[in-house]
Parts: sequence; C-alpha cells; structure tokens
Amino acid sequence: MSTKPQDILLGVDVPIDAGLQRAAGGPTQAIIDEVRASGLRGRGGAGFPTATKWQLAKDATGEAKFVVCNADEGEPGTFKDRVLLTERADLVFEGMALAGRAIGASQGIVYLRGEYRYLRAHLESVLSARRDRRVLGTAILGIPGFDFDIEIHMGAGAYVCGEETALIESLEGHRGEPRNRPPFPVNTGFFGQPTIVNNVETLALAARIVHRGGAWFAGFGTPASRGYKLFSVSGDCEKPGVYELPMGIKVMELLELVGGLHAKAVQVGGASGRCISRAEFDRSLCFEDLATGGAIMVIGPGRDMLRVAKNFLEFFVEESCGQCTPCRAGNVALLEGIELLIAGRCSMAHLHELKSLGETMRLTAKCGLGQSSPQAFLSIVEQFSDEVLGQQPRA
Amino acid sequence: MLIQEQRVLEAEIIALADKHGRKRSALLPILLAIQEKYHYINKFAMQEVAALLDIHPVEVYGVVRFYSFLHAERRGSVMIRMCRSLSCDLAGKDAVARQIENDLGIKFGETTADGRFSLEYAQCLGQCDRGPALLVGDQLHAQVKCSQIHTILEQARAAFGVYPLRHAGVAHSPHFHYDPMAGRAS
Ligand SMILES: Cc1cc2nc3c(=O)[nH]c(=O)nc-3n(C[C@H](O)[C@H](O)[C@H](O)COP(=O)(O)O)c2cc1C
Ligand code: SF4
Ligand code: FES
Repeated sequence: MSTKPQDILLGVDVPIDAGLQRAAGGPTQAIIDEVRASGLRGRGGAGFPTATKWQLAKDATGEAKFVVCNADEGEPGTFKDRVLLTERADLVFEGMALAGRAIGASQGIVYLRGEYRYLRAHLESVLSARRDRRVLGTAILGIPGFDFDIEIHMGAGAYVCGEETALIESLEGHRGEPRNRPPFPVNTGFFGQPTIVNNVETLALAARIVHRGGAWFAGFGTPASRGYKLFSVSGDCEKPGVYELPMGIKVMELLELVGGLHAKAVQVGGASGRCISRAEFDRSLCFEDLATGGAIMVIGPGRDMLRVAKNFLEFFVEESCGQCTPCRAGNVALLEGIELLIAGRCSMAHLHELKSLGETMRLTAKCGLGQSSPQAFLSIVEQFSDEVLGQQPRA
Repeated sequence: MLIQEQRVLEAEIIALADKHGRKRSALLPILLAIQEKYHYINKFAMQEVAALLDIHPVEVYGVVRFYSFLHAERRGSVMIRMCRSLSCDLAGKDAVARQIENDLGIKFGETTADGRFSLEYAQCLGQCDRGPALLVGDQLHAQVKCSQIHTILEQARAAFGVYPLRHAGVAHSPHFHYDPMAGRAS
C-alpha cells in the first residue's frame, strides 16, 4: 500500500474502473457506506459531506434522478478540474456512474464551462470508448438494470452558474440565477427531481474511494478534512501547477514546494477566498482552518495589494447576477471604495463604512457569490491597512 | 435581413429544435449553435426560437443578455477573449493586451471593420498556471508573449477560413498549446 500523493488521482498508474468493478454488482447502499467511511467532503469549495448528499438523494422519491458533474470551474485561480478532465476523464465518469448506481439515477450530465469547449471532443471520445467497453450505457458490466449514461451540456460564460441551483436553472434553459435554498437539489433539482451536484474532483475521488476503501482515504488528512486535495497554484512562484497534497498542509509548506517562499501574501480560495499575509503562513489548508476549493494565488513582494483587490471586485461586479441588492449594489460600492483608496482619498471613517457594508453583504446576500465577494477586500484592507491607506495620487 | 436569408435561418432553427428537442432545456444549446454560425442572435432568430419552444421572446432575450457567450448584436467571425483575472495579470497580461490591440487595430470591446475579429476581456479561463491566456474562438493559447500575437492572428485567419488558407500545418503550430498539463508538478 502506497501512501504517495500521486497515487490518489494524479499518479501514472491510477487504475480505471476498478471501483466500478468492485461495487457495481453489490448492494447500492454499500457504495454510499464506503464513501461515508472515507469522510469525503465536497471539493467544490463548500465541503458538504458527499455521502450525506448521496444518501438524501437515494432516499428521496422522484420519477427520475440525476447526477450532475459541476465542471463550471470559474473561480479565478482554479484549474485542477481542467487537469482532471484532460488527464483523468475516465475516473470522473466512473465516479458519476457509481453515484448513479448509489442513488438510483440513470442519467448523468456534465455541465462544462463554455471556456472549456476545446475539451469537449476529448470528453466525447472518452464517453464513447466507455460505451464500447460497457462501462456506460445499458446493463453496465452486464448487470441487468444498471443503466447509466452521460451527456455534456455546455455553459455559456457565467461564473454564477457554478452555484448549484443556478447551474440547474441554466440546464433548464433559464438565466443562471440562484434559487432560494431550501428546497435543496437532492429533493427538488433538475426538473424538480432529486439531483446531486458534485464537483469534478469529488466524483473522481469517489471512484478511487470505492476501489481502495473508505478507511484508506480517511487515513490521510486531518480529523475534519480527510484525504488528499488538488491545489491549483499560480501567480508569483517558480513552479505553478496542480499539486496533490494532504489536507491540513500548512501554507508555508505548500509555498516551499512551489518555490514561493518569498511571497508577500497568498490569496486562498480564488477571488471569493481570503488574502493572508506572511503572519498567517503557518495556517493550515483544510475545512477547520482555511477552507478552499484549492486555488492558491501567490502574490510576490512588491505587488500592489489595491490592484489585487480591484481585480477581484471588478470580477464580482461583472459576475453578480443582479438578483439581490446587497450583492448587486454592494460590490459596486466596494469597487468605488477601492478606487478612492487608490486615489489616496479614503478616510478611515469611510473605510469603516465599507467594512460594515462588507459584513452586511456576507450576512444578507442570497447566494455564495455575494456572501463571499467582500472577503478579499476585507482581508486585504485588514492585513495591509498601512499599505492601502494614505496612497499618493498616481500619475 | 433578406427574405431568403430569413427562410434559411428559419429552416436551420427548426432543424436545431428537432435535434435538441422542442423543450425549454433545449434553449441554450440552440442559442449557442446560432451564435456559433451567425456570431450573434438577431431579433428574428429570437422570435423563431421562442415560437418553437413555446415561450415568450422576452424570455429568450433575457437569456441572451445573461450569458457572456451569447450576443444580441453582431460580433466578428472570430472572438478573441483575453483573460483579465489576477494570475494572468501577475503574468503580464497588460502588455499582451496592448499588443493585440496594436496588431488588430481595435480596442477591447470592438470589432474590426471587416467583421473578422472581435476583442473582449474574459474572466479566468482556467489556465492560471500558464498565463497570460487567451481564447481565439475555441482555440486556447497559453503563456502568450507579445511577439507571438501576430502569428496567432495570422493562424486564426487561416484556420477559421476568414480568408483563404495561406499557411499549412496550422494545428501543429508551436504557439498552439494544447497540453494542459504543462507546468504541472510531478
Ligand atoms: C458563485 C458560486 C460559484 C461556484 N462555482 C463552482 C464551480 O465552478 N465548481 C464547483 O464544483 N462548485 C462550484 N460552486 C459550489 C457549488 O454550488 C456546489 O457546492 C458544488 O458543486 C457541490 O459539489 P461538491 O459537494 O462536490 O463540492 C460554486 C458556488 C458558488 C456560490
Ligand atoms: S448574491 Fe449576487 S449572484 Fe447571488 S443571487 Fe444575489 S445578486 Fe445573484
Ligand atoms: S487568471 Fe487567467 S486563466 Fe486564470
């Protein structure tokens, strides 16, 4: 038994369909039990326990059930799903089939972001090879009644469609505006039917877990964050790329691996994550501490933190769906605040107002986009207050 | 739009509706197909789609306005989308953006006078480990340098049939980075 990180998802000899072979013929509940034993939590960012989600969908009643693979990967700084779809598509589809078997769904949908359309031909060819091998389609592996097929649905350039209820709206042909939750997709999802939405990495991991057993995976990581995680590392470092590392690794350790120890700051979790300064580099990357979908943006010495904050806020102003006021108006107000700071014309009193606006957004926005969008701003003005205040007007 | 052109478009939309199904969930695939062929979705097309799927044209318009890959106004045959998110910014996107503007002779948000190219900013393209990144149509270019822009545009002209092919072997260009694992930690 190897414990090398490469062996989980990115290793050269990761076996394909071993999980399916092992579990397809057995009781469907055993699949969920194995995933529960692994302690796997969603890799899309929110960290919801995967087995709980599957169990709810299994126990829900509906005319049909659906397994949706969330391949919308729009969080700035995240690209690990692109790597999985390119290098490990079979594992992702295997995970979807196992999820389908577990909850009693016969249809899977991959919601692929429009920006990844160049991957579509590759994914279609993997799917058709799977049909030929009888690991997709009707009577998978010759098991009567195990029918599961997958189709690819293209996104059309909207970050918010990565939010699971907006994604379902989009699949149904609507504007990608998040719904109120509850009800949750596990009960009322695609066309009102029980639906699980899972991240690409979550599904690939589920396939590995069903093969190797939940205890194997649970042996890595921390008590509340089991296993390994893919980290998308970019920015000012020597070796950007995707790293498969145990949950709970310290920021400092990761920076050392990627050649980024000189960093001034690290943005953890992409635009919707938080920015940490050197003082916090001994914190851990896991759900108990710095929870993240895996985006690590290294910000080198000499970088202008206001430019960083502005970049993120411009992103949110553009990507807000506009449905609710805290997010629609709040992000614009924060961006104006950044512009005042850049112009060197922001009083401390005004900065306080902006901070409390950020807090309001966190509490009152309808979906995760508006709830998390002030985080980068708040953490940057907090950690780098002496840098961002009292700027000299620029030419 | 000429009557004949409308007839052709109408027939195409019917074919698309038959392919994807006359149901609301077919709306995005149909609109994306029209966008791809005509580079925008005009009023006539919106009305046709609405009628076939039995929804109000305003609904279709609302969907077109929502998604950044759908356009109600005409765009160039080749859409160039340059990532403007943080990692590409740190990797020097501004210089590349400037050079694209210089080589195309337009600014971001504009379309060349001959209708061949439109230039837009996009948010993170998922290539942050090898920025600056841009999409030319569906084609991905990563770690783009200013000096490569001219060649990339020439290839686009050839590969997308914007004008007759002048260079052979476009798909094997050294500037067309297809290997998404480049730079990955081993
Ligand atoms: C604005 C927004 C964007 C999101 N984008 C993605 C995404 O691109 N991919 C993803 O897997 N989850 C994304 N999520 C999280 C999903 O809503 C959902 O929690 C996730 O797909 C569940 O899968 P998991 O449990 O496997 O992580 C996003 C959430 C929000 C609020
Ligand atoms: S928080 Fe923002 S993205 Fe979410 S529903 Fe409200 S306006 Fe839309
Ligand atoms: S920041 Fe440019 S591709 Fe992600």
